[in-house]
Amino acid sequence: MGIFGDVWVWLATGSHWTGDGGVLQRLGEHIYLTGVCLLLSCAIALPLALWLGHVGRGGALAVNLSNAGRAVPTFAVLVLLSMGPLGKYGDWATIVALVLFALPPLLTNAYTGVREADREVVEAARGMGMTGRQLLRQVELPLALPLIMTGVQTAAVQLVATATLAALPGGGGLGRLITAGFGNYDTAQVVAGALLVAVLALLVERTLTLAERLLDPMRRRPARRPTSV
Amino acid sequence: MSSVAAGGPQGCLAQNEWLCGTYLRTRQSELLDATVEHIWITALSVTIALLIALPLAVAARRWRAARAPALGVTTVLYTIPSLAMFALLLPVFGLSAAVVVTGLVLYSLTVLVRNILAGLDAVPAEAREAAQGMGYGPGRLLLEVELPLALPALLAGVRIATVTAVSLTTIGAIVGYGGLGNLIYDGMESYFKAQVLTASAICVVLAIVADLLLLWLQRALTPWTRVRTRKRAARAPSGPSGPSAPSAPSAPSAASAQDLVGKAG
Repeated sequence: MGIFGDVWVWLATGSHWTGDGGVLQRLGEHIYLTGVCLLLSCAIALPLALWLGHVGRGGALAVNLSNAGRAVPTFAVLVLLSMGPLGKYGDWATIVALVLFALPPLLTNAYTGVREADREVVEAARGMGMTGRQLLRQVELPLALPLIMTGVQTAAVQLVATATLAALPGGGGLGRLITAGFGNYDTAQVVAGALLVAVLALLVERTLTLAERLLDPMRRRPARRPTSV
Repeated sequence: MSSVAAGGPQGCLAQNEWLCGTYLRTRQSELLDATVEHIWITALSVTIALLIALPLAVAARRWRAARAPALGVTTVLYTIPSLAMFALLLPVFGLSAAVVVTGLVLYSLTVLVRNILAGLDAVPAEAREAAQGMGYGPGRLLLEVELPLALPALLAGVRIATVTAVSLTTIGAIVGYGGLGNLIYDGMESYFKAQVLTASAICVVLAIVADLLLLWLQRALTPWTRVRTRKRAARAPSGPSGPSAPSAPSAPSAASAQDLVGKAG
């Protein structure tokens, strides 16, 4: 059980947190990478998925993308991109790889959310004379919001995980603590780094679950389920 | 320079090209060993996970109190990034394949428990009551009614878990047991393009082949789900040959072709 003591000592040592390559710098890189890629992938996926869902096309694409994303190893894509022509542009190989793996959950969930918005409500809104844009913004989007947020949450957790792997081909982030620990045969550092990554991932997941609940426009409505069934 | 790239047998290796036939020929045994390691790590992990997930899901179904903890713990495990998971298991098992297998078992558990539970929940109450009325005890009810009806959901879970495990095994390279991931890792460190691309491609092929094999198993084990597809196909107006023999076998093959396109895309 000595390893827990070693990990605690590693974490309690101030010099491991500050300075070049310290925990704080790696944490900053990790959060920056995750944040930038989440914004980028949302900016790409959400408008596309909302529009596809609104016009009701591309469903097979949105669903199969998740399956394809699962079959392609993240590690392989990270290494391939960092060795390819993109590798010359600093963080960009990592950012492109991260965005690629964040897109499927965002696309699939947002598309499903819009498609499965109550068709009667949508028809009623159309009957009231709403234009396509009004329909999307005032009816379909609010109804799809819970699923969109689920997609954002899944994508964020995926991004935290992929950003960890970015350390393998030499990117930044908390994964560097783990790979550096492996390089020095320093098990305490490997486990400390892994703990930090796990805590960050769980924190991101919890925070977004909370945000999901707060943002849900239907949360203050009385439960309608008994009457609608 | 260009003459070497064009004709020389050592050309593509010397030029460090992405696609290289010489690499495939000369490193055949290395590639085969890595692929075999990849397959056994994946297969072992999913098998162990299935053996644990079944009783866990059945327990969570029987005792309501076990449900929330079972789902909660597996979700937390699933949230932990793979590199961190393997690193956390390092002090327990040391540098061994057990690190990778245990990590993959924990990930597969999440998918399997959820899917088996969903399958058991979806068993129609009528089927259960009819069996009970016929005098089935709880054990027989589970084995002969509930589990067979939950089989499609279970096998769907096995498919997701297997494809995910094939992809995650590559991360095992960090402890030296990553199957094809080892080749990707070494290729990354020595900047060997052909090795990285070939190993990555085999990995994707492995995932697709495993998925198709399990899809075939799913079809073979749950023939009643196919009967429904056949009926739908027969009812469809597009069938030019009528509802007789020729249209019946074509329905499943058309469905599998659709799945193939989906995976490849």
